Amino acid sequence: MSDITPDEIADLKGLNCPMPVLKTKKALDKIEGGKILRVDLTDAGSKSDLPAMIKRTGNELLEMSEADGVYTFFIKKKAS
Amino acid sequence: MSDEQPKRMAIIASKGTLDMAYPPLILASTAAAMDVETMIFYTFYGVDIVNKHKYANLKVAPIANPAMPSPVPMPNIIGMLPGMTALGTMMMKSMMGKINWPSIPEMMEVCLEMDVKMVACTPTLEMTGLTQSDLIEGVKVGGAADYLDFGLDANINLFV
Repeated sequence: MSDITPDEIADLKGLNCPMPVLKTKKALDKIEGGKILRVDLTDAGSKSDLPAMIKRTGNELLEMSEADGVYTFFIKKKAS
Repeated sequence: MSDEQPKRMAIIASKGTLDMAYPPLILASTAAAMDVETMIFYTFYGVDIVNKHKYANLKVAPIANPAMPSPVPMPNIIGMLPGMTALGTMMMKSMMGKINWPSIPEMMEVCLEMDVKMVACTPTLEMTGLTQSDLIEGVKVGGAADYLDFGLDANINLFV
């Protein structure tokens, strides 16, 4: 387990492209700048999709891990 | 990123089958999520995707479609039988349901919520006797120059 403490958690397990990217963006839009969002998902494509979206929107990927088919991302929202 | 010009993508959607309605909507919503300004220009059969009487019931074409996923091979002579379009569509929708895929109306709602610009081609509307009132709310009407004006400044232009 990561030692990062998220401010919000989004459970997107079972969703397929494009929903993980869309729902992660929506969750990021809801939190304040500087806060940390944790996203859990099972879509293997998200391993490359989410980092691309995070980079293009100026946010920061703190950590990505994989355990038992679940991918966990910790994303820090850019300062607003 | 704020010091750069926003990125742009323009898509022309020219087909009105269920399978061809997804790519423009998926790419547009994803682009919007990546802070890309996006426009979809609907022309010819593509206008069905924003026709409010039709967009929830787009169909898959079983004829001349060798890639049609089917438990048994479906030759054209079978595909042309009455009811086969409905059957093929039902099969495709059930496959999409199994992977939790959103429906076309759901994808459309996401796109509009994310401010994807939607433009329906005026000559196509004239030709098919449609007016703005037949279109989903939020869809504007425009012509080739409208698409080009946006597309000339776009980083990605796609014809679907």
